Amino acid sequence: MRRLCAVLLTVSLAAGAAACTAEPGARPEGIVLADGDELGGYNPVAGHGEAGDSKIYDGLLRLAGGEGLPAFEPALAARLPEVSVDGLRWTVPLREGVTFTDGTALDAADVVATYRAVLDPASASPLATAYEMIAAVEATGPHEVRFTLRHPYAALPAKLLLGIAPSERLTGGLASESALNTEPVGTGPYRLASLRPDQAVLVANEHYWDGAPQVPRLTLVHVPDDNARAQRLLAGEVDGANLPPRLAAGFADRDGFEVSANASADWRGVSLPAGHPVTGDPAIRAALNRAVDRRAMVEHVLAGHGRPASTPLPAVYGPGYDIGAGFEHDPAAAERLLDAAGWRRGPSGVREKAGVAAEFTVMYFPEDTLRRDLAQAFATDADRIGVRVHVRAVDRAGVPGRLPVDAALLGGGDLPFDPDPQVYKTLHSRYADPAVGSAYDNASGYVDPAVDEALDAARRTLDPAERAALYRRVQEIYLEHPGYVMLVFLDHTYVGADTGYTGALPVLEPHSHGVNWGPWWNLREWTRE
Amino acid sequence: MTITTAAPAGTPPVPGRGRRGRGIARMCLRRALFAVPLLVVVSLALFALAARSPFDPLAGYLGDRYTTVSTADRQRLADELGTGQSWWRQWASWAGHAMTGDLGYSRAYAQPVTTVMAERGPWTLLLSGVALACAVLAAATLGLWAARRAGGLVDRAVTVSATLVQSVPPFVLSLASVSVLAVGFRLFPVAGLTDPGADPSLRQVSRHLVLPAAVLALSLLPWLVLSLRQSLRAAAESDAVLGARARGIPESVVLRKHILPVALGPFTTVVGLRLPELLVGAAVVEEVFSWPGLAGSLVTAARELDFALLAALTVATTLLVLAGSLLADVAHALIDPRVGRDG
Repeated sequence: MRRLCAVLLTVSLAAGAAACTAEPGARPEGIVLADGDELGGYNPVAGHGEAGDSKIYDGLLRLAGGEGLPAFEPALAARLPEVSVDGLRWTVPLREGVTFTDGTALDAADVVATYRAVLDPASASPLATAYEMIAAVEATGPHEVRFTLRHPYAALPAKLLLGIAPSERLTGGLASESALNTEPVGTGPYRLASLRPDQAVLVANEHYWDGAPQVPRLTLVHVPDDNARAQRLLAGEVDGANLPPRLAAGFADRDGFEVSANASADWRGVSLPAGHPVTGDPAIRAALNRAVDRRAMVEHVLAGHGRPASTPLPAVYGPGYDIGAGFEHDPAAAERLLDAAGWRRGPSGVREKAGVAAEFTVMYFPEDTLRRDLAQAFATDADRIGVRVHVRAVDRAGVPGRLPVDAALLGGGDLPFDPDPQVYKTLHSRYADPAVGSAYDNASGYVDPAVDEALDAARRTLDPAERAALYRRVQEIYLEHPGYVMLVFLDHTYVGADTGYTGALPVLEPHSHGVNWGPWWNLREWTRE
Repeated sequence: MTITTAAPAGTPPVPGRGRRGRGIARMCLRRALFAVPLLVVVSLALFALAARSPFDPLAGYLGDRYTTVSTADRQRLADELGTGQSWWRQWASWAGHAMTGDLGYSRAYAQPVTTVMAERGPWTLLLSGVALACAVLAAATLGLWAARRAGGLVDRAVTVSATLVQSVPPFVLSLASVSVLAVGFRLFPVAGLTDPGADPSLRQVSRHLVLPAAVLALSLLPWLVLSLRQSLRAAAESDAVLGARARGIPESVVLRKHILPVALGPFTTVVGLRLPELLVGAAVVEEVFSWPGLAGSLVTAARELDFALLAALTVATTLLVLAGSLLADVAHALIDPRVGRDG
């Protein structure tokens, strides 16, 4: 089916080149983007713009783009937060003179109301777990708020990207039933002018505190089908879209289009549960990490748009990432490790040790074809060193109960702007207990006291150099005794048409990647050529 | 296909017009009464089946956050959202509210269910209504043309192409038509309800409606053509028609008075029976053409176990199918007086 789609698209690319006669209809001013995600749901408490990607809301802090790990800069905060010596109290002074698009002025009550709504069980906010380190938030003045934490948490700035809504509109009750979902009111560079099931029109906020954006209008059309997004780009109906790598590649040589890829910390890897006699064996874990050909996976499964992953931390963390080459693809070394550990090839080619055959199951979510393809590539590589892997589709509801005994193709990297969310729950032994946190946290049951110590210390200190050293230490220990087989980090691909505006900056992207990200994440900074 | 159509004259002896009208009215009443317990059973079955579905309603609600939300928080969310209750409790609460006109909130769209249905329903009705009308008209034309000479060139061409089209899935039809007609020759817009940023004016919507409605009609066409051709041929070879021809009645009269009434009856029933198929086709076409309709929402609601929306749409679909088949039966009874009205 996928091949058929590719063929049809190729035909239309050719036909399009042959018959570019009709001119496109009248276009609205500004920029038109096709989004695969549903429109609406513009309530920050329900998860909109959690990573600072909202056009309608501002957070206390915002991301500064460019290569590498994005820095934080004050947005609704007047300055970066001040932290108490024990790391538990974070004080944020607010910018004065900022107004919401409904005309009301921003003050501390709005910030307090937004964070309290996220933490209030009655809103059933999907963000509750991500903000669990916050014990209390209170106004210490009309333009100053203070966060009190349950434990020292140096990565808090990443939690201050959340968009702030006016307290008058946060009326309690379920976040999914709030009027903000369809009638958002923020302080951001754009405001929602109209919303239909198939189209949202955002117009520049003329009173934006950081200067009105030059792109006057952003029209978002909902186009769920990947091929349809590609075809609407070709026909000139839209200026940009997020596309899977294979479809994006079709635009590489066409005039007037630019294919861009943003790096992400969005990893895919295989958990190796400690409770299983095969996957819990240190020799098996070390051997599998050397048996998998990560470069081939990037090349063939991701069409080149990704990077090999040896640990959950990508190279973008700079000083916090210094692990040399990571795991090299070396099946011969993997076989030697298994031989030395007593895993001998049996008559069927599958290794055995003390009557236990070297075989296990890798689960993946049925509708996720990327995870399926990676799981199959993993199984093929494992088979070459005499480890048999059964690949099996298991629905979401069935996975948690089996995570302690079956391996699974997992992913992460939903808030990558600090190393902590990227590794803490994946590697800290506290989360090895399935009852603590989510069953998916530390699904391998990885336990290493030295790793725990370094992860906890990195939460306590705010000194960047010290934190980088601690995360390097975590990776050194992990490479000695890996607990997963990390496979790849994904790059997210986008195609944009020439619009006469410039200003796109690369940015490290979280797991989610609609047209809020890509070249358009900093649309407020774009200028007319 | 309206119920006001007068019964054709010259048909075999039948009950008087008044008695037939009363019979049809009784049939409508009986079906309406039957619909109530049916809707209760269908909605109960929906909640029971959904409870046994491998999907987790929270997976739809949380999306990518599903794996990162802690088990304790997930339990709290289930309590707040009411997804952890037993299926019959959920049904009772839903049915109780639905009685008062409160259809609840759609979690998938973060909007009241009534808003979702009001914003999207008309577009689905427009798309499927136009497609169905076109398909019926085209089927009648092609079927009659093909049946004029059984085994002739036209007959064979129509049969072969109907079989071919039937074997192509609607999404392939959609992609192919977009590739050639919209992207290749730029005759039509690729997708959407309007041009980006434009208001849904008559001109905008009609221009954007052509391709999706044509594809949907085309996907419905083969069954209709083939069944009409079949029933026309069966009628043409019946003893009554042979007798009429033998009596020297002109061919046009035979066709109008003897063949058509007999053959159109089964055809209306087939049209009524194809309504669920129309909805399935609409779901695919809406997805490919970014058409903001309800058929696509039904798929979303089912995938995310968005109970409020799923229940409302299932009940609405059931009603639509019941109404469609009733309409077809009424039409059948009016066209062919020999047909009973539920006995």
